[in-house]
Amino acid sequence: MTSELYQIGTFAAGNRLLEEDQRTIQSSRDRGNAITSGHRACRGCGEALAARVVLDAAQRTAGGRMVTVNATGCLEVFSTPYPESAWQVAWLHSLFGNAAAVASGVAAALRATGRDDIRVVAQAGDGGTVDIGLGCLSGMFERNDDVLFICYDNQGYMNTGVQRSGATPPAASTANTRPLGGSVGNSFGTGKSLPQIAMAHEIPYVATATVADLHDLEAKVVKAMGINGARYLHLLVPCPLGWGTQSAETVRIARLAVRSGLFPVFEAEHGTVTGVTPIRQPVPVEDYLRPQTRFAHLFRGEGRPEVVAALQERADRYIARFGLLEGEPDEAAPKDEVRT
Amino acid sequence: MTLDVRIHGRGGQGVVTAAELLSLAAFDQGLHAQALPSFGSERTGAPVVSYCRIDDKPIRAHDPLDAPQVVVVQDPTLLRAADVLDGLAEDGVVVVNSARTPAELADAGLRLEGHQHAVCLPASELARERLGRPLPNTALIGAVVALTGIVGLPALQEAIRQRFTTATDDVLQANLQLASDAHDLVSEREHHDA
Amino acid sequence: MRRQVEGSKAVAETVARCRPTVVAAYPISPQTHIVERLSELVTVGELTSCEYLMVESEFGALSACIGASAAGARTYTATASQGLLFMAEALPNASGLGLPIVMTVANRAIGAPINIWNDHSDALSQRDSGWVQLFASSNQEAVDLHVQAFVLAEQMSLPVMVCMDGFVLTHAMEEIDVPEQDDVDAFLPAFRPRQWLDPDHPVTIGAMVGPDAYTEVKYLMAQRQRRTLDALAEVADRFRGAFGRDSGGLLRPYRTDDAEVVLVVMGSVWGTAADAVDQLRADGVRAGVLGVTCYRPWPGDALHDALSGIANAVVVNRAVATGPGGVLGQDVHVCAPTGTAVREVVMGLGGRPVTRAGLVDLVCDVLDGWEPAGVLDYRDLDERVAQRELAREEALP
Repeated sequence: MTSELYQIGTFAAGNRLLEEDQRTIQSSRDRGNAITSGHRACRGCGEALAARVVLDAAQRTAGGRMVTVNATGCLEVFSTPYPESAWQVAWLHSLFGNAAAVASGVAAALRATGRDDIRVVAQAGDGGTVDIGLGCLSGMFERNDDVLFICYDNQGYMNTGVQRSGATPPAASTANTRPLGGSVGNSFGTGKSLPQIAMAHEIPYVATATVADLHDLEAKVVKAMGINGARYLHLLVPCPLGWGTQSAETVRIARLAVRSGLFPVFEAEHGTVTGVTPIRQPVPVEDYLRPQTRFAHLFRGEGRPEVVAALQERADRYIARFGLLEGEPDEAAPKDEVRT
Repeated sequence: MTLDVRIHGRGGQGVVTAAELLSLAAFDQGLHAQALPSFGSERTGAPVVSYCRIDDKPIRAHDPLDAPQVVVVQDPTLLRAADVLDGLAEDGVVVVNSARTPAELADAGLRLEGHQHAVCLPASELARERLGRPLPNTALIGAVVALTGIVGLPALQEAIRQRFTTATDDVLQANLQLASDAHDLVSEREHHDA
Repeated sequence: MRRQVEGSKAVAETVARCRPTVVAAYPISPQTHIVERLSELVTVGELTSCEYLMVESEFGALSACIGASAAGARTYTATASQGLLFMAEALPNASGLGLPIVMTVANRAIGAPINIWNDHSDALSQRDSGWVQLFASSNQEAVDLHVQAFVLAEQMSLPVMVCMDGFVLTHAMEEIDVPEQDDVDAFLPAFRPRQWLDPDHPVTIGAMVGPDAYTEVKYLMAQRQRRTLDALAEVADRFRGAFGRDSGGLLRPYRTDDAEVVLVVMGSVWGTAADAVDQLRADGVRAGVLGVTCYRPWPGDALHDALSGIANAVVVNRAVATGPGGVLGQDVHVCAPTGTAVREVVMGLGGRPVTRAGLVDLVCDVLDGWEPAGVLDYRDLDERVAQRELAREEALP
């Protein structure tokens, strides 16, 4: 659903130069506002933005027949300060690690009572997905329960004060991976790729996306909602507080992540990559890292050029593996273990 | 009127089923019965115990039997290894799965006291003939039924029919025959010895 | 219908007749036969309109029940021991959200050391989770309690745990009157949730409550627990009327009216204790037994009344506690009338049988002036082994 009008189509939420059917759901005056104003998120929160986009699209596709299950995390905390709630959809929060299992239960109940026209969307942060939520998520994948699971990946336990998660990238500074002494910050070699873990379960649909490409994000949600069975969307959502970026820069930072190759944008079905979003204007990783305080130690004083080089090498590996520059995966590219 | 039966064997020999069959037979006959396995992790070859309480009054207790009138030993190697005869009533009877005689088994650990007596039955051999497998439990329970006279053979056979619903007809018939053969064998012998 | 059937299977069939629409299952000894039988009933079509979810852990099981219940389905699961602990985070979540989930706990000891046999440590470790905790004294009562549990849970919007002794009851094959489908239908109406996930009337369930409101929420939950005591007694009364059996309720007294010593017990020990009482009475000892059926919410007033005029109460604890006494024992201590001397013992841990002879001896010892040794008297301890090991530890440098 990408537009010929690159500048206007991809990057603008609402625009009258596009045909009706190519406009985003967000641009519509009667969008659902599944999460509405009054919530307590930080300025520039990527997760809040993504949540509205995703759920409005899901709700529209489902004709309003949708319920949401939310894990503990920033999104849950800033959206439901009792006695207020920012949710205008049916919404359930249970615990931190069980969103997938709770959602499986909801889906089972709807199926058992003949209401499976009502769709289930589960959502969690990266902590609640890749770490504490992994067991339940794998169970949901393995059973192929009819749930769309969204991971809002801001690469750390932000709600509790920016601690490292299994999705934190190498060399990032967090509250418990400070680059003190000679430390590089978060170690290399740690971390896991949930999209690839999801693919290993061979579920019907897996995709990654970011808040930088609204059309792409909505299109993937719409596509996912048109499929039954276990589906997984992994979304990069910058966190100004945790990443140390300007609150007005959230979309731009996400775009730089994609352009650097560090966050491949792709789709997969039943374990095989079916589509890749090519990088139109690649940038060296340094362009992405520099605006983020969590990587500032790589550039202070003499900097850590070898670390930056290692990150560049990582990006190059992803570019090769997913064919991000040519549009085709490079079969000859070295395959290695799951790394983020 | 009560009858407490304790059954010893090894995992895989149908010790739990034996107690259940007896309890089903008793229930069929209008008595109250409770079958309790000695519960353990599922493992063949390990010593296992099960219990069956039979009573003409409702049974409330769930503790293990401490004074059985009948002890069944499905595997004679347990005579030496386990305390299979503990608590056996003063005039209790031990039913042992063996082709040997009680006297011959004395060396293997069969130590009787007071008015206790033992009945030996080659249940595994009988089972091998009828069932094709040395599964001694239905034969041994047939023997118990003959010895105690509290439950009749027809009730036991009905219990076998109820319990083995997923068995093939051959297997079912073989078990019914096995119980009957053992019952008759022991009945004759007891009658002869009396 | 009266049948000779294994406890687990009878429970499974009864649960099926309560028409759950979602069952989440994860196996753990000694509950396995319950979930297996339910699976059979679903597979052969005897339990219809039911989704049987085979989940990846007990935490997943209760979480799935939470989701299903919040979506308006009648839900059920079963567990024991380690499994109950593994879902511990979800227990107060379920009660806090007011979800009427029913769960069987096949009581089993908790590790370390790992022990698969029966005692009450699992359920008792979760006594403050906000779940109603009912202890069955027999398989018949276990079966009946499940029917009552669904009624009570849905009436009070509280989850209910039906505890039955692992192996001792679950694997015992005995005579059980399994309620007929029509009778269950007449007693247990269709589930009408107070609130559920409904796109047409969206609500936010599970909001974050701060210091300004949390206390009030918890207070109101506690009041609901108090009201549950009355509701529970009333459900048991109605059950008696409908099924002609005395099952459930708060307490189960037997020959306590003029007793000098009353054994206070929970679970299947009640039956053994009743036999011990009959034996003692035949020998001229005025003994009685008081079973606690509803452990949580705690029936303090009823217990106080039941022990009034009774000189001695001996509590048989089947779990260890490192506080001032046993779990059950301390609850009894606090509520007993001033004229009743309460003594406690620990017996029957990790599957060690509580025998009729042991209980008879205990009552006789009490009447002979025996007092418990220390804070918690391990009545059935092998003293020889214990002393030897203590001496060995003391001898270490």
